[in-house]
Amino acid sequence: MNWAEFFAMGGYAQYVWGVYAIAAVILTFNALQPLLRRRTVLKRLRNYYKLKSKTR
Amino acid sequence: MYKYAAPKNFYALAGTLVPWLAGITVVLLVTGLYLGLFVAPPDYQQGETVRIMFVHVPAAWMSMFIYVLMAGAGAMVLSWQVKLAEVLASVCAPIGASFTLLALASGSLWGKPMWGTWWAWDARLTSELILFFLYLGVMALRASIDDPRRAARACAILALVGVVNIPIIHFSVEWWNTLHQPASVSKLGKPTIHIDILIPLLVMLAAFQTFFFTVVLMRMRNDILERERETQWVSEAVKRA
Repeated sequence: MNWAEFFAMGGYAQYVWGVYAIAAVILTFNALQPLLRRRTVLKRLRNYYKLKSKTR
Repeated sequence: MYKYAAPKNFYALAGTLVPWLAGITVVLLVTGLYLGLFVAPPDYQQGETVRIMFVHVPAAWMSMFIYVLMAGAGAMVLSWQVKLAEVLASVCAPIGASFTLLALASGSLWGKPMWGTWWAWDARLTSELILFFLYLGVMALRASIDDPRRAARACAILALVGVVNIPIIHFSVEWWNTLHQPASVSKLGKPTIHIDILIPLLVMLAAFQTFFFTVVLMRMRNDILERERETQWVSEAVKRA
């Protein structure tokens, strides 16, 4: 099997690779969301504690 | 065991588990993709499109698994007001919705070349679409109620009512005449599927499952930090992070 044949997927390339591309996007989103959210949460909580110690 | 129901202990446990689960997911995913794309033979009827199954079936399985988990957590919220169950139920919905979307989209891209249509109002497809709207409904309901405890109770009730849809999805291919093919893996007795196709499918199923556990724990940790922000341990954990 050569690579051109592999990528052609028996003439169904757009369907097969389309599915794997959508899967990659959805899995990447699910993996990145909590990582980015963690940064936001930590930043927000640091500000929150700072404000709280000031008003006390 | 019970000690991990306390948010503080659970946060630490989840933090230890996440890197291991992520590592296992990567290994499973690479193995599954290799077996699915290079080793599995093309189907004698469907040709190379059979490879869509290695994404489609795990995504559809997860869409239902996550819903049952979310409804189960909802039941715990309603009966024992377990804080951790509230957190679990609330982070399940967006992940479940995304897997449902993947199941629908991959099914559509498989339906076009095999059935000649992107979409049909057949029982399996329609009930899976309803599952997607149930997830969106739970997310919208949660966003519309400010008090997290009240939101958790309302969402738990909606999730539990919607759980009736799960057996409908599963048995739709038997109860109605559907365009969608009947089950071939979970059939009682011998699965009617070739071993070279079954193995990559099971590896991908395991990969999706561990992927879900990885990201659900990550989301739960973020949620716990916010909810427990008034506690001493969170302020210390934030300082250390």
